[in-house]
Amino acid sequence: MDVLDLSRWQFGITTVYHFIFVPLTIGLSIIVAGLQTAWYRTGKAKYLRLTKFWGKLFLINFAMGVVTGIVQEFQFGMNWSEYSRFVGDIFGAPLAMEGLIAFFLESTFLGLWIFGWDKLPKKVHLATIWAAAIGTNISAYFILAANSWMQHPVGYKINEATGRAELTDIWAVLTNSTTLVTFPHVIFGAFVTAGAFLLGVSAWFLWRRREVDLFRTSTKLALVITLVASVGVMFSGHWQAQLMTEQQPMKMAAAEALWEDENGAGFSLFAIGDVENGRNVFNIEIPYGLSLLATNSLDGGVEGINDIQARYELLYGPGDYRPSIGLAYWTFRLMIGFGGLAALLALAGLWLTRKGRLPENPWFHRLAIAGIFLPFLANTMGWIFTEMGRQPWTVFGLMTTASAVSPNANVTEVALSLVGFTVVYAVLAIIEVRLLIKSIRQGPEPEGGESGATPQAGTTPALSF
Amino acid sequence: MELTTLWFILIAVLWAGYFLLEGFDFGVGILLPAIGRDEADRRALIGTIGPVWDGNEVWLLVAGGATFAAFPEWYATLFSGFYLPLFLILLALIVRGVAFEYRHRSDVPSRWDHAIFWGSLVPAFLWGVAFANILRGVPLDANHEYTGNLLTLLNPYALLGGVVTLALFTMHGAVFLALKTGGELRERAIRVTKIVGPVTLVAGGLFLVITQLMTGTPATWAGVVLAAAGLAGAIAATLRGRDGWAFTANAVAIVVITFTLFASLFPDVMPALDPANSLTVENAASTPYTLTVMTWVAAIFTPIVLAYQGWTYWVFRKRLTRQEVPAGY
Repeated sequence: MDVLDLSRWQFGITTVYHFIFVPLTIGLSIIVAGLQTAWYRTGKAKYLRLTKFWGKLFLINFAMGVVTGIVQEFQFGMNWSEYSRFVGDIFGAPLAMEGLIAFFLESTFLGLWIFGWDKLPKKVHLATIWAAAIGTNISAYFILAANSWMQHPVGYKINEATGRAELTDIWAVLTNSTTLVTFPHVIFGAFVTAGAFLLGVSAWFLWRRREVDLFRTSTKLALVITLVASVGVMFSGHWQAQLMTEQQPMKMAAAEALWEDENGAGFSLFAIGDVENGRNVFNIEIPYGLSLLATNSLDGGVEGINDIQARYELLYGPGDYRPSIGLAYWTFRLMIGFGGLAALLALAGLWLTRKGRLPENPWFHRLAIAGIFLPFLANTMGWIFTEMGRQPWTVFGLMTTASAVSPNANVTEVALSLVGFTVVYAVLAIIEVRLLIKSIRQGPEPEGGESGATPQAGTTPALSF
Repeated sequence: MELTTLWFILIAVLWAGYFLLEGFDFGVGILLPAIGRDEADRRALIGTIGPVWDGNEVWLLVAGGATFAAFPEWYATLFSGFYLPLFLILLALIVRGVAFEYRHRSDVPSRWDHAIFWGSLVPAFLWGVAFANILRGVPLDANHEYTGNLLTLLNPYALLGGVVTLALFTMHGAVFLALKTGGELRERAIRVTKIVGPVTLVAGGLFLVITQLMTGTPATWAGVVLAAAGLAGAIAATLRGRDGWAFTANAVAIVVITFTLFASLFPDVMPALDPANSLTVENAASTPYTLTVMTWVAAIFTPIVLAYQGWTYWVFRKRLTRQEVPAGY
């Protein structure tokens, strides 16, 4: 492997890993803030206990998101210095804004929330969790604006003298059509993630018949959040796919293994492709499905891989402009599949809990626990699809990934950091999961013990944050 | 003032803020084994920075992001060139951050103390090495690519720089702990200051004087004098038991040292061994449009951030002792 491959693996591993924690943080922050608001409004101890229980799990997860996020801020410079030089004028702005506007907000106010239970008036303390939650969501916006610029560059010109991209319109970058559809997709996805997490953990308690009253509330909340957010994911995903067909037709064609331009293209369900010869060996499809989804019309035209390749050669010069078709095809399907299963689970759960019933069947409990993983898998597949589907470009149409890598990086150093990050991340993943399980087993702290001075169910008043 | 100069100053401010704030976080981590003799001690020590360390670390992320936005060439050259030291710093910050959050949930909290100690010590040392190398100049080619290797960075001057930041942040942690704790912990922190203080003064003085002999101007000489006065003042105030003044004086020293180093660089941001290839505030900068946009963002949001971070320190202003450790979770 050369520096380029190693750097791509490192970016992929560190970024996918970071994004395991981020969606749960985004969704849970708002849910915890909502629960605390319910406590503030009603004064019911139940809501305080739920706030503290989910808050504890939220913080364990948040810590991992924070520390893995530090790497993201620096690795563009470390491994992708040519990219950084080329796009810094544009790409650096949303990153810096994220830090100054959002990251300061979430980090500072979360510290206040964790340690402020006894020090702040109730109302002010409630405001701190909202500030942190809002900061987290704003943070996602700026990062997605930066990423969207790589998918669909806007508001720039190329300086002929330096060969670099220069910002001409910051509003165009911040209101990029790609950002506007990606942001809701990611945020809804985050709520599906948090909802499924709530559901699975609550199911475990219901299964064990512990704290049934508390987790009945959590289950209801989880089911509604998961289902509503799933619907949001589907609609925003649909708009996103339509925009992608327009802006990055190659990615859509790869996702569908559609080789030739077609009017009235079918939606492929299962295909075996022959990339070499640019055709499918085998394909089951829903007739007209793709055209309908992509263009809102049964006989709408959708571009195919071979034709786009030919057009791009004329436009950008000789080269292979196809991403890994198999990867794009299957990650796209798995994303939809895993997300769809999460939605079905929520639907089944709502049926089982109709009219105040409780899901009694241990099979449902087991499925709900396993269901925790579904949105994580869907999120991961979605990002792998959208990033790998953009290849060979780093910035679509402007800069290839191969030309973005740091020219002075050496194989030994990058191999060392790749191994180092991977090993440390793997160890931390094990620790994090064990800690989550331990904290879940401990359960919510007993009623009356929630002055804030006794942080957890344990006997020692441990210092904690 | 030129926008490029303004952004050079802003980035100096961000680094000064970072060193001022995370400096004492590092110091507390480094002093954890020395001052914290048992679990109750260590819980109180970590409690002094518990609510604020994460917000402090954001100063680094914003410094990184601002450098990317305002001086992309600097960002690209610096972080690709100093690849391994930066990788080590990142790893250290990762394990340290996780340790802060997970320590108290662990059955054996002391297991995490190594992570906190090394995770604080490594960056405290390596930031000094990195900045000393920036000041000294590194081999860059005409495309501003770093052409040296790891050994290039491990020269005596840079290692001295590392010792200086390590000593300075340890000292900062000690005066911070003297201010933020009570009882025996405070006494131990004062004892540490009496030892680390003079070491910092000598090492820091030596480093700054060497730097001055390379690039000195009257303004930076004034900085050296002020920094030395700050350190000496911190030691003197500690001897008199004036914790607040000791911390303030040391904070002034850290800020002045950071500004002095940046002033010694200006108008370069990364001098090359061959001056023709140096990165300067001009050739490393973004376009005036980007700088204008970012100036507006900074002008609006920096005061807001300072206000709420300041308020956080006010909320958690109380001294901690081993008997009263803060609640949270």
